[in-house]
Amino acid sequence: MMLELSHAGTWLPICDASVLTPGRGMAALLPDGAQAALFQDRTGRLYAIDNRDPFTGAQVLSRGLLGSAAGRLFVASPLLKQRFDLETGRCLDDEDVSVAVFPVRSS
Amino acid sequence: MAHMPTIVLVGHGMVGQRFLEALADRGVTERARIVVLCEEPRPAYDRVRLTSYFDGKKPDDLSMVEDGFMARHGIELHLDDPAETIDREARTVTSRAGRVIAYDTLVLATGSYPFVPPVPGKDATGCFVYRTIEDLLAIEEYAKTAATGAVVGGGLLGLEAAGALKGLGLETHIVEFAPRLMPVQVDEGGGAALLRTIENMGLIVHTGTGTQEVLTEDGAVTGMALSDGSTVATDMVVFSAGVRPRDQLARDCGLGVGERGGIAVDERCRTSDPAVYAIGECALAADGRVYGLVAPGYEMALTAAAAIAEDEAGPAAAAAGATFTGADTSTKLKLLGVDVASFGDAHGTTENCLDVVYSDSRSGIYKKLVVDQEGVLLGGVLVGDAESYGMLRPMTGTKPPVSPEQLVLPAGAGAPVALGPSSLPDDAIICSCHNVTKGAICACSSLPEVKKCTKAGTGCGSCVKVIQQLLPKPADSGMCGCFSYTRSELYEIVRTMRFTSYAQLLDSHGRAEARGGEGCEICKPAVASILASLTNEYILDGERAALQDTNDHFLANMQRNGSYSIVPRIPGGEITPDKLIVIGEVARDFGLYTKITGGQRIDLFGARVDQLPAIWARLVDAGFESGHAYGKSLRTVKSCVGQTWCRYGVQDSVKMAIDLELRYRGLRAPHKLKSAVSGCARECAEAQSKDFGVIATANGWNLYVGGNGGATPRHADLLAQDLSDAELIRLIDRFLMFYIRTADRLERTAAWLERLEGGLEHLRDVIVHDKLGLCDELEALMAAHVATYRDEWAETLNDPERLRRFVSFVNAPEAPDPSVKFVPERGQIKPDLTVLTLEGVSAR
Ligand code: SRM
Ligand SMILES: Cc1cc2nc3c(=O)[nH]c(=O)nc-3n(C[C@H](O)[C@H](O)[C@H](O)COP(=O)(O)OP(=O)(O)OC[C@H]3O[C@@H](n4cnc5c(N)ncnc54)[C@H](O)[C@@H]3O)c2cc1C
Ligand code: SF4
Ligand code: FES
Repeated sequence: MMLELSHAGTWLPICDASVLTPGRGMAALLPDGAQAALFQDRTGRLYAIDNRDPFTGAQVLSRGLLGSAAGRLFVASPLLKQRFDLETGRCLDDEDVSVAVFPVRSS
Repeated sequence: MAHMPTIVLVGHGMVGQRFLEALADRGVTERARIVVLCEEPRPAYDRVRLTSYFDGKKPDDLSMVEDGFMARHGIELHLDDPAETIDREARTVTSRAGRVIAYDTLVLATGSYPFVPPVPGKDATGCFVYRTIEDLLAIEEYAKTAATGAVVGGGLLGLEAAGALKGLGLETHIVEFAPRLMPVQVDEGGGAALLRTIENMGLIVHTGTGTQEVLTEDGAVTGMALSDGSTVATDMVVFSAGVRPRDQLARDCGLGVGERGGIAVDERCRTSDPAVYAIGECALAADGRVYGLVAPGYEMALTAAAAIAEDEAGPAAAAAGATFTGADTSTKLKLLGVDVASFGDAHGTTENCLDVVYSDSRSGIYKKLVVDQEGVLLGGVLVGDAESYGMLRPMTGTKPPVSPEQLVLPAGAGAPVALGPSSLPDDAIICSCHNVTKGAICACSSLPEVKKCTKAGTGCGSCVKVIQQLLPKPADSGMCGCFSYTRSELYEIVRTMRFTSYAQLLDSHGRAEARGGEGCEICKPAVASILASLTNEYILDGERAALQDTNDHFLANMQRNGSYSIVPRIPGGEITPDKLIVIGEVARDFGLYTKITGGQRIDLFGARVDQLPAIWARLVDAGFESGHAYGKSLRTVKSCVGQTWCRYGVQDSVKMAIDLELRYRGLRAPHKLKSAVSGCARECAEAQSKDFGVIATANGWNLYVGGNGGATPRHADLLAQDLSDAELIRLIDRFLMFYIRTADRLERTAAWLERLEGGLEHLRDVIVHDKLGLCDELEALMAAHVATYRDEWAETLNDPERLRRFVSFVNAPEAPDPSVKFVPERGQIKPDLTVLTLEGVSAR
């Protein structure tokens, strides 16, 4: 099952979905040099957001820990621990901050 | 201006200080000049906890005077200057330094002095008493050259003194004239249980025999001759044969004193001269007794302060003043790890009273309750298990809701005793040190508030448990949104249910709304750490990979630009030139920034995720292992160079540091663990700032625990002295496993120890005296850890599956991360933050 990510209007094949560890992320390099953070939750559902931590500028969100609160999935930045909703990209600890979200599918 | 009256206080002990506080509370300090003459070289301190000086408390820790108290209330305190004479006619006091102070009101709070029986040799070098900090300093100094000590007197204080001598490493004898220990407090049955427990601790007890002579040679103690004809060889003697009120000043100026001593006072603590009061241990109370405990002294302090305040405000106010007519003499011994308590009519002297006794001589437990015909509780004696003291004492004088038989049975035997402090009436005295009722405690909402507003719990501390039960429970002590349990509760659940998976735990024990969910970033690493402490399997296999914090996930420490640092283990800080060269070569070949850390090892910074395996392949090849700088686990055991090289060293501190570091490497814990070993008391390795620190002595090792540097530094407490190598390691094994078992998430040992109920004493009970019977299990857990330790990096390198995660990009495994860039600085590199900077990001 190939994991695909929608970027600049096209579905990019990234990797076999089975290489993702449920509950953990991986980074992908995009054609324009940007980076995406890919995640899979316990139920097998896939998510992708921008890999860049907007608080520090470091490309590290893919290395954060996943969690759920009130039924919504988030990743906690490994640097200063702010949490980002994986479906909306909104920061749960600072409402003025958010990250881009990429549609993903497996086919 | 109106005449400003002068109040002179003679004696600044516990009761004197309480009196000053009571004057301040009543505003008298604003209206009167207050002068204090203090014989000792330091202001009032907690004599009740005197012995805790030997647990590593410093004299200042024992102070009872809040910072700035004297200045704030304009009180003049003269240290080291006792009152020598009182002229009641002229109303003046003259001090040793020659101060002549005119008073309007004089308050005597001179306490008592230790009684030394008039036996030959009692003044020899090596004879001591046990009353002041100065006494303890002298005992400690002399004990350095002694091997054996003897205490004259097997009462409350004698046992404390004996415990202290034992703690100083001496073979310790106790000589008691009465047929049993603590004759005043416990009855025959209790004495037998106590004797067994004390002897099991290695103390040698001689009861039913007196001290006839202190034997000396060249003026120094060599032994004691006892009245039963035997002799005891000993290097020092501590007299603890009771106290006598210090009433000489009062006698000299003609105040009334009791036949057997004590300054006679009335119900308002006034002596035969209405301008002179006497309070505390020097006073003979209106009920004809001299109280040798602090709680009655405090009551007298309040009584006298009230009387003085009212006198001053004129007779109109004097109507409903406090009086002191007698007090509770309940006691609980807090030393030697023995629980002994007596309260109320412990000896059953009330007419027609009945005893209910439970006695288990095998485990040294003896409990006796005294009740009257109607079942009203009159008093009791508890030895070996005084758990219920806090509940029973306040019930004295009432009819307990369950039968007395049930009250003495050990928990678990017989019917469960549904007895909580909630069943007590509002006017039950919960804190007998400060005379605080249940009602007053329930008006507060937290323990700190109780201590501040009522002082309850700030005396002997034996009431704290009950106070806590009376206070509202904090709303939710759960670890996070997923679990309503604390970390230590989760540890117990995982241990007893033998869980091996986080998902299993979350779905069975999580909060209802969290089950089936993803968990969160708080409980995942905490549970991962618990699983690792209990099973010690490779931390990144299977589900566990998803639980670890980022640093553990890559077995390295993430830096601000997403690069990693690498810290190879250098046990004890000792390293061969060849290994140093390897580190240098690796750093050079991978272009890493190199720095000596504060933990006696070397940190290599600036590696990309995808470089970690290659770097470690070189390091493992040269014999290095993971330093776990990334883990909540053992960091370093620092060492000083020790006996091998240093002219002062008395043990091989480097070898011990290496042994300890290798033993505990890889041990996952609630927070990181640090240690150090110093080769002598000069302490070059700073062991007293470590979670467990070891300092060499001529006879072995002293073990300190609960130290911390960081933001809230704490000096470690001395747990045990003069340990052999094996004893030291066994105690550390137990200490660490007990900490791992009971600490909260991210709670260093320092904070844990501060929070631990019963503090250091309790810790000592559990891991030195094995009070909870846990030690075998704790040791077995550690043995399992040591046996299963494997180097995480070697294991990772041996398994291609495990190496797969070390790529920057899942879709471009060969590509380096373009955001990880460096610029030069001082001949090395530093992160290039400009490549990270976009709008909205401030460079930190
Ligand atoms: C590298 C080092 C500084 C150095 O260049 O010397 C260092 C670096 C860090 N320290 Fe430290 N500490 C270092 C010695 C210390 C010391 C000194 C010591 O151990 O003798 C202390 C005070 C002693 C103590 O811990 O009691 C120290 C007290 C802290 C604290 C405060 C802990 C506390 O209980 O208050 C933190 C924060 C924390 O752990 O929550 C901390 C956290 C950190 C972290 C892990 C911060 C982080 O999360 O990124 C740093 C990681 C560095 C890395 O990536 O490798 N570091 N840190 C030292 C590594 C020693 C080693 O070889 O392992
Ligand atoms: C090791 C030990 C353990 C104890 N444990 C307990 C316990 O568990 N529970 C309990 O209730 N009680 C305990 N006590 C007893 C308790 O400490 C005393 O009851 C309490 O200290 C009495 O207070 P005080 O102010 O009357 O006397 P002190 O605290 O003795 O103070 C009297 C002060 O007056 C000074 N003084 C004397 N003469 C003069 C003078 N002429 N001029 C100036 N100053 C003078 C003395 O130097 C002393 O500093 C213990 C005592 C000791 C020694
Ligand atoms: S602690 Fe003592 S033995 Fe160790 S280096 Fe310092 S002086 Fe020498
Ligand atoms: S009973 Fe001693 S502090 Fe409360």
